[in-house]
Amino acid sequence: MIGPGVRARGIRVSSIGASAPRYRRRFATLRIGCHGRATLIETVGLTKRYGEVAAVDDLSLRVDEGELLVLLGGSGSGKTTTLKMVNRLIEPSAGRIAIDGQDTATIEAHDLRRRIGYVFQRIGLFPHMTIAENVAVTVTLLGWDPARVRRRVDELLELVELDPAIMRDRTPSELSGGQQQRVGVARALAASPRVMLLDEPFGALDPLTRDRLQQSFLRIRRQLHLTAIFVTHDMVEALLIGDRIAVLHEGRLVQIGTPRELLRSPADDYVRQLMDTPTRQARLVEALLEERPA
Amino acid sequence: MSEQLALLPGYLTAHLQLTLLALLLGTAFSVPAGVMVTRMKWLDQPVLGTASVIQTIPSLALLAIMVPALAALGVQSIGFLPAFIGLTLYSVLPILRNTVTGLAGVDPALVEAARGVGMTPMQRLRLVELPLAMPVILAGIRTSTVLTVGVATLSTPVGAPSLGNYIFSGLQTRNLTAVLVGCVAAAVLAQVLDGLVRGLGAAISRRRRGWAAVVLTTIGLLYGYTGVSLVQDLGARDAGRIVIGAKTFTEQYILSEILAGQIAETTGAAAEVASSLGSTVAFDALRAEEIDVYVDYSGTIWATIMQRESVPSRDAVLGEVTRFLREEHGIAVAGALGFENAYALAMRRQQADELGVQGIGDLTAYARRLVIGGDYEFFGRPEWAAIRDTYGLSFASERTMDPSLMYQAVASEQVDVISAFSTDGRIAAFDLVVLDDERGAIPPYDALILAGPRLVRERPDVVAALRQMIGTIDVDRMRRMNLAVDQDGTSPAAVAGSFLEELRAARRAQ
Ligand SMILES: Nc1ncnc2c1ncn2[C@@H]1O[C@H](COP(=O)(O)OP(=O)(O)OP(=O)(O)O)[C@@H](O)[C@H]1O
Ligand SMILES: [Mg+2]
Repeated sequence: MIGPGVRARGIRVSSIGASAPRYRRRFATLRIGCHGRATLIETVGLTKRYGEVAAVDDLSLRVDEGELLVLLGGSGSGKTTTLKMVNRLIEPSAGRIAIDGQDTATIEAHDLRRRIGYVFQRIGLFPHMTIAENVAVTVTLLGWDPARVRRRVDELLELVELDPAIMRDRTPSELSGGQQQRVGVARALAASPRVMLLDEPFGALDPLTRDRLQQSFLRIRRQLHLTAIFVTHDMVEALLIGDRIAVLHEGRLVQIGTPRELLRSPADDYVRQLMDTPTRQARLVEALLEERPA
Repeated sequence: MSEQLALLPGYLTAHLQLTLLALLLGTAFSVPAGVMVTRMKWLDQPVLGTASVIQTIPSLALLAIMVPALAALGVQSIGFLPAFIGLTLYSVLPILRNTVTGLAGVDPALVEAARGVGMTPMQRLRLVELPLAMPVILAGIRTSTVLTVGVATLSTPVGAPSLGNYIFSGLQTRNLTAVLVGCVAAAVLAQVLDGLVRGLGAAISRRRRGWAAVVLTTIGLLYGYTGVSLVQDLGARDAGRIVIGAKTFTEQYILSEILAGQIAETTGAAAEVASSLGSTVAFDALRAEEIDVYVDYSGTIWATIMQRESVPSRDAVLGEVTRFLREEHGIAVAGALGFENAYALAMRRQQADELGVQGIGDLTAYARRLVIGGDYEFFGRPEWAAIRDTYGLSFASERTMDPSLMYQAVASEQVDVISAFSTDGRIAAFDLVVLDDERGAIPPYDALILAGPRLVRERPDVVAALRQMIGTIDVDRMRRMNLAVDQDGTSPAAVAGSFLEELRAARRAQ
């Protein structure tokens, strides 16, 4: 049904079909990938069932240190569920997750979450707090002293290209959607997490703002050497931003690989169609230009 | 007016003590309970259900129920405590319900965000859920505030002074100024407290630290004042102050003022009046040493407290009542004031003449066509059962009404017969006749000065001062004094004052 195992950076998806043997359920401590980098996040046989329906089904993934993995898939394919299981907002029905070789189930959930930056699909800024308080929330929980918190907030607002002097004391309702999402990113970055989880962070923005935010995010990511799982259903965003892309469909991993690998050898029709959309759209636009020359 | 306003600081302070402390305790209970309910869904029905049931109990009844309930527990059953507990119970539901609604209304995405940034359940509650639910919770507190200030006026009958004293005694003595002062003061107080909570909410939601601090300081000062005054009041209780009780009718207000004046003059002890106590509340309060003196009537003790049905001679009743009170309750009958205030059936003179009715027995033939009005207690009292059974009376209907309205009701032909009090000046004023109890169904009602166990033990001088009042008031005198208040609008204190002055003058003349 699905093509042969795809070899990609540091991870081997031995087989994906339901009938194929399961991925070995064992954590390798810091397995070195082909680029010489250590595995930072690893999921093994990760499954979430709601009654009879599996929102995520037997998902095994690895993300290397410094890598940006895109989770790509249609609505309801299990992207958010996967992401939330990584920081234990949702407890898995089966399977395990390790970060830096440590099983996350052994870490206090709130401690774990303070060490992971999470940008929510619906932003989720606290409306009763100022921008500064929103950005500072995790480091305040960690008990930083106020002066240090204030410095950190300004630093982060500048990092996400917001003017601290103007933004600090505003409330979320006084910001545009794009500005709010920048604050969401700043909040997730506050405690200098090694791991970032981003759930369609730019999904609800207009194309230009989205483009600007993507660029900002790529810069920040390089600057801070972040490891991230980035959820999107936007093909172009996935291709532009991801080191590797994992395609989910109905809770199952369909294919994982670099953008180039996915474009060149899609594992099945679903992935092929998905990969074709940007080129198909580009062609349509080109055709439009030829029909009506300026 | 100025006489009424002079009472304001005392009543207002007492009212504040009740409402502020009840609201504080109510909030301190309801908010955590609301949180518990949202955390443990199975608590929802039992907790909110109980609170709703409490809310549906009529407020006056809820406060009154506290009296026997606390007495059964052996704690202070009259005065501050029953009113305070009743009010606290009453304040719970709005706050509880709004806490639950407010917390349930917090956007789940924000609750998840709070978890996502690494908050523990407690931090999530404190930093996100409660602040977001705050406007709704504060709205509940505001509802409770207005409610509690209003219901607190009903603390008066359970012996806790409040702005309700204006209303109860004002209605009874037809002093509309007093009623008005009480109502306006309660309304203004409700508005002010409500405004403070609203101001606090606005300051918090607009993030005005300065405002919030000012409002909080004001609230803090109010609580400070209330707390200090309460402690002072409690301290003063022990300082040999004599408390004179009065039930909820004019004669009682006058007599309590007379006794207070007499005690203060003769012994120099500070004497104060706790007025508008419910009928059996007064007796319980005396027994529990929460008041020291009040006037009750031999027949009332005989029928209501001793539950006796036979009606022997006046002297026999007096003797047995005296012995009963001393032996069973350590209460001394200091003496009889000199008049009887009996339950009596009264009707318009004109109608009585037309029907040829002189005694209660003559009513039997006509009762089926007549309507009888009685005060709140009358139709439930053993005296009524005795009258009814003795004379075989069966009226067309029985109407319960406020005693202050009965005389008006019979005079204006809305009822035909009333359960009058024989000392009421309005019997003469409205040209009514009292029907003879020719078969002696109604026991004698000598007005007796009752001194509580504490006075008997510790203050023989006060008991002696009370004894000086024996035989000083005859029926005619009492009727005139009652009429002065009920008809002419003189205050009970003023009537008492001139009585005592006359008494002194007469004694000097001897
Ligand atoms: N609490 C829940 N109870 C039952 N089913 C759920 C629950 N949460 C998610 N699901 C189901 O699990 C599946 C995966 O949901 P998930 O939110 O992970 O999708 P997604 O890929 O993030 O979709 P989208 O792009 O629309 O955000 C969906 O079919 C959804 O209906
Ligand atoms: Mg999603």
